[in-house]
Amino acid sequence: MKQSTGKKRMDNEKKRKYQQMTMKMRPNPPIISNSIKAFLVGGAISLLGQGIQNIYINYFDFSKEQAGNPTVATLIFISALLTGLGVYDKIGQFAGAGSAVPVTGFANSIASAALEHRSEGIVLGVGGNMFKLAGSVIVFGVVAAFFIALIKTLISLI
Amino acid sequence: MGTYWSAFLVGGIICTIGQLLMDMTKMTPSHVMSTLVVAGAVLDGIGLYEPLIEFAGAGATVPITSFGNSLVHGAMAEAKDHGLIGIITGIFEVTSAGISSAIIFGFLVALVFKPKG
Repeated sequence: MKQSTGKKRMDNEKKRKYQQMTMKMRPNPPIISNSIKAFLVGGAISLLGQGIQNIYINYFDFSKEQAGNPTVATLIFISALLTGLGVYDKIGQFAGAGSAVPVTGFANSIASAALEHRSEGIVLGVGGNMFKLAGSVIVFGVVAAFFIALIKTLISLI
Repeated sequence: MGTYWSAFLVGGIICTIGQLLMDMTKMTPSHVMSTLVVAGAVLDGIGLYEPLIEFAGAGATVPITSFGNSLVHGAMAEAKDHGLIGIITGIFEVTSAGISSAIIFGFLVALVFKPKG
């Protein structure tokens, strides 16, 4: 028993050293080419959004302020569909933040989490895991917005 | 409100900022997204996000930063009418379209498709 714990400890020590070594050897991410890819894909998705927004303004009588909401909903629909078809994740491998930062990435994180846990059932799997990745965005967005709105309201009351 | 060029440029720049945060600080994507949402909320709090939307249109409304902006906007609009309690009741007012469509389409996708790889 004693011997085995000692062996375990040595194994752990070896593992730790190996991890330290790999951390040192790991190549730095290609920052410039990653940034260019993110810029192009993120820009393209925004461009698509602008096109959809103009369609809503010109053909469906939305005002400029109102057109943002149906645009976002349309982009989310497209993104969820592409996630289901397995296409969005391929775009993500190429684009990194370029496809993660737009609202389509938010929809992708929800749809892919739902899809991934489908086998665990509709309630526990899909329902329970849908916001696994997107949850933090909503939590921190809401908390930050609450305090900012609180401060602004209190200032305006003075 | 926004041309195609300014939308491409500003949308691309915001995504590049996200990519740089990921590559240079070893933040996980979840950390980067949360940071960007809070940044959007703060920028709207100090009155800088609306001019950006005016300039870039979808370039500013499509990235996740606009989620923070919309949360603050909904809260402030209700707060004007109902005071402090309006912050709670109004916070999801503008973002409703985004969150509900993401839930609905995400759910339907999980029902219809089979996970791949």
